[in-house]
Amino acid sequence: MKDLFRGELVRLTSEEPELRAKHEARWQRDTEFHRLADADPAELNSEKKIRGWGEKFAEDGFKPGRYPFSIRALADDKLIGFMGLWVDLIHSEAWVGIGIGEREYWGKGYGTDAMKLCLQFAFMELGMQRVSLGLHEYNTRALKSYEKAGFKLEGHTRQDVLREGKRTNTLWMGVLRDEWLQLQNGERQ
Amino acid sequence: MFDIATQLFESQDIHFGPIDYEKDPEVESKWTHNAEFMRLYDFEPARPMSAAIVKKQYEKLEKKIDEDKNLYHFMIRAKADDRLIGKAVIQRIEWANGNCSVRVGVGSADDRRKGYGTQALKMLLRFAFAELNMFRVSANVAEYSEGAIALLKKLGFTEEVRRRQSLEREGRRWDLLVFGLLKDEWANQAKA
Repeated sequence: MKDLFRGELVRLTSEEPELRAKHEARWQRDTEFHRLADADPAELNSEKKIRGWGEKFAEDGFKPGRYPFSIRALADDKLIGFMGLWVDLIHSEAWVGIGIGEREYWGKGYGTDAMKLCLQFAFMELGMQRVSLGLHEYNTRALKSYEKAGFKLEGHTRQDVLREGKRTNTLWMGVLRDEWLQLQNGERQ
Repeated sequence: MFDIATQLFESQDIHFGPIDYEKDPEVESKWTHNAEFMRLYDFEPARPMSAAIVKKQYEKLEKKIDEDKNLYHFMIRAKADDRLIGKAVIQRIEWANGNCSVRVGVGSADDRRKGYGTQALKMLLRFAFAELNMFRVSANVAEYSEGAIALLKKLGFTEEVRRRQSLEREGRRWDLLVFGLLKDEWANQAKA
């Protein structure tokens, strides 16, 4: 059987709250990273507060709708980013969010590899029918990465984000279970 | 001149009002026993709710409005007799981006196709653009909600996204449509 949590460049992990908080507090100070990953205003939270989120998650146990992961590079085992799935069990749809906080790992296939693992997890472990995501139109690197992982563009919401006084669009993508299975067959042949 | 004389919560046949904890729970409880309404109004599983449960939901809702500050909720009432007809909601407000999502539901089948939904959505849009100063309003609707889609198009919304096979109902998958309306589009239309 395939290793669900190990790809070609990265592996998916669950990190201790202290370590996660230390990294995420640092990544939050990189506003370019924030503006690529998020539509909300940038914020700076204390390590203590971020650790609290992680501890709360550990206390709440494994809620069926929420699957957070950390991403480590296989080569040096460095913690480079995070990923999360929000699962709608009623309609078998999962939403995914991903961020590679370590800048020197941008544009080198780490995010794409993590996203491929994420899709494998959503379809082969969670039994989803569909995985969805949204991204800023100006994040062209992300668009290419998501297309490589198998996502298709399904439209854009016009001018819904205001940044630096300019309005930009949000792109919305999705991949269906059958499409993803076909991709896997293609890769095996 | 500012048009401050126009009442935000008054329309031809309906008005918006707050929750009435005495009378509304029983009416809304009846709606929840109608699966058709539930499936048109929400993507959550349809389930009948007693008046007691509905009352609790109201309390939770008002608490959420206070805490999250990104939600407005209005009861739609008939002007003639103040009878509860439906609900009109502005949700998922992103203040920094000036965008939000709207939702209108008319509870009883007898009250549909009478223009109440149109009047409610028009009032809701005026509230979103002229009172909350939103730049953009979105609406999510299932592809089988033909009445809602017709209404959104009538009021100038553009279909922007088709999330393929996002919903599971009646043993098959359905697309979910995202519609959008920008402030300029709304203003030009209001002038015409």
